[in-house]
Amino acid sequence: MSTVSLAQFHQTFFDESHEGLDAMETALLALDGGGDKELVHGIFRAAHSIKGGAATFGFPDMAAFTHEAESLLDELRDGRRAINAGIVEVLLRSVDCLRGMFARAQSGQPLADASSEALRHELAAMVGRTLAAAAAPARRSDDAATGWAISFRPHKSMLAGGNDPLRLLRELAELGELQAEAELDKLPGLAALDPSECHLGWRLELRGEVSRAAVQGVFDWVEDECDLSIEALPGAEVHHVPVAAVQASTAPAAAAPKAAAREAAAAESSVRVAIDKIDSLINLVGELVITQSMLDTFREDFDAARLEVLQQGLAQLARHTRTLQESVMGIRMLPIASVFNRFPRMVRDLSQKLGKQVKLDLVGEQTELDKTVLEKIGDPLVHLVRNAIDHGLETPERRRAAGKTDTGTLRLEASHRNGSIVVEISDDGAGLNREAIVAKALQRGLIASTDVLTDEAVADLIFQPGFSTAAVTTDLSGRGVGMDVVRRNVVDLGGSIQIRSAAGQGSVFTITLPLTLAIIDGLTAMVGGEHYIVPLASIIETVQLRNEQLRTVTGGGELFHFRDGWLPVLRLQDAFNCGGGRRAIEQGLVVVVEGDGSRVGLFVDELIGQQQAVVKSLEANYRRVAGISGATILADGSVALIVDVAGLSRQMSRRRAA
Amino acid sequence: MAKILAVDDSASMRGMVAFTLRGAGHDVSEAENGQLAVDAAKGARFDLVLADVNMPVMDGISMVKELRALPEYKGVPILMLTTESHTDKKMEGKAAGATGWLVKPFDPEQLLATVKRVLG
Repeated sequence: MSTVSLAQFHQTFFDESHEGLDAMETALLALDGGGDKELVHGIFRAAHSIKGGAATFGFPDMAAFTHEAESLLDELRDGRRAINAGIVEVLLRSVDCLRGMFARAQSGQPLADASSEALRHELAAMVGRTLAAAAAPARRSDDAATGWAISFRPHKSMLAGGNDPLRLLRELAELGELQAEAELDKLPGLAALDPSECHLGWRLELRGEVSRAAVQGVFDWVEDECDLSIEALPGAEVHHVPVAAVQASTAPAAAAPKAAAREAAAAESSVRVAIDKIDSLINLVGELVITQSMLDTFREDFDAARLEVLQQGLAQLARHTRTLQESVMGIRMLPIASVFNRFPRMVRDLSQKLGKQVKLDLVGEQTELDKTVLEKIGDPLVHLVRNAIDHGLETPERRRAAGKTDTGTLRLEASHRNGSIVVEISDDGAGLNREAIVAKALQRGLIASTDVLTDEAVADLIFQPGFSTAAVTTDLSGRGVGMDVVRRNVVDLGGSIQIRSAAGQGSVFTITLPLTLAIIDGLTAMVGGEHYIVPLASIIETVQLRNEQLRTVTGGGELFHFRDGWLPVLRLQDAFNCGGGRRAIEQGLVVVVEGDGSRVGLFVDELIGQQQAVVKSLEANYRRVAGISGATILADGSVALIVDVAGLSRQMSRRRAA
Repeated sequence: MAKILAVDDSASMRGMVAFTLRGAGHDVSEAENGQLAVDAAKGARFDLVLADVNMPVMDGISMVKELRALPEYKGVPILMLTTESHTDKKMEGKAAGATGWLVKPFDPEQLLATVKRVLG
């Protein structure tokens, strides 16, 4: 038989184990409040699955570790041990330790290290086991003989349990030379015979050099379903053999798959897709095929009288294509719960460390996001949650002094809004400290003392690089990775971030993200006879300027008045070095866009209209081009480039700073 | 070729079992827990059921009891996939009507040998 490579199941095992560990952690945190049997069962089950998988797929260190955690959980499950904060704490550390082991497994490193071994011994000690003693297997011995006399009388019910006596006889016959004699004394008359019951018995003689264990092995499943005696045949030679040899033969199997682990490390990342999503795709493709074959009839036989049918068919085709597109996008969509799940633990640890009382509310955990967005939104959210606990929420004493409850509330909410995903992080803490922010900004020279700042403008200051108002930088936040990085991460995902804050009442950070990175809504613009797509999310307004609204500044830059300030004009034909476009400002249009926190007016010849664009990577197909984030194919088959608004505004501000 | 139902809440375990048995030419269906297995078993006649013990919704032991209560599953082999640390579970499974067990961890060869043993 060709051997099945177990490595192909490693990724599935890792994925499901990560989910299992997340579930364990969530349940452990919920246990903190008090013991619920179902929670303990769930935690046990997750540990048990990881142990089974680890042993099966060749990770013996992980299996050994999980075995100890499982023993402890088993005692909790049976009620032999009461749940307390100490146990929850040890188990949470075990979850972390397993996460570390999985990370090492995925990169092909040895799984156990000093800390995992220490924790394994700690767990073992808790369940009253010393590992060194348990390691030595008890030596048993076995009899071997040159012949066995076996009396085998199945109980009536044996057949119902799926065991066939004939199968057992056949297995015995494979061990040696078998003679069987049926015992028919229990066989009822034909009228009373129930074919689903077993009425026969056998006297068997097995000759050959066979161990007792081998004979017993044949009957291992039916020991309680038959009367069985196994005796050495009179006159047969009997001798003892140690069993250790049998155990040794199973050992290499566990050690072998090391190379396989490394193979798995290179495996691609995967997405688990719900069956119903796949079913709906298959359905849609089926519909598409039907519509296509219906339209196909027009190839042979086109008649103006059937024009209406053709129009209906085309409408149907458009509908199916759209639904199919949505469904395919849906495959990459995963619930944000996988990101939210890490916060209960983090909030618990942080609030304990800082002596604050925090209640965490998670809302909309089932909101689905594109997998890529999901992977990249974790870090910004962690940063915002840290900030909220560290800077936003107050200590119980200060809250009491401000007339609030001791426990602060931190709320994470995800929802769909107007074709985007909105994630809000809100707290009922002190709110942004306007004086401290303004003072810091003055000190850093970001603003002048004469500037009059709106609340919005003050809030915007915290997104400046290296900005931190924390008087004492703790090891939690204020480590130089500031809000500017948070904003850059969000903008890189095609999103935006806003702050609302009220002194003494708290702050709300609102992150708006696109549903997917694969498709964008864009405005098609013409520049010098070429099509460009400007992402709709970045557009603030489109204006037509008159000559007198334009100011030319030293160095050749152009500015125009927009709302209550001046914005630079960026002529796309100059930026992209493609001549032939309109020069006179009155003949074209200015699209005001915002990217990476700054605004700029893009000058284009004309606007064609709004459309959805499937983003194709320029980097993968050609090379990276400054100011362009990708390309798309238009309805007529021609290629349009997608403008990288954030990149262009960064270029602009660098140029202005220089 | 036999019609076999593989029941395990762990996708990797189930995948390994199903892949191995399909490779040996069997027709394998999969179920994530005992309840789904019972539902599947009612709709199709399986020659063999392989089931994990610890599962959410309905565990393997309850699943065996439910299956044995169906007239068409009297005498059909049902094997429990169990861990050696739970000898009591083997007996509990037997008492519920399981045919036998396969001790985890097992490799594809051991699985095929056991399946061959039951199906002949």
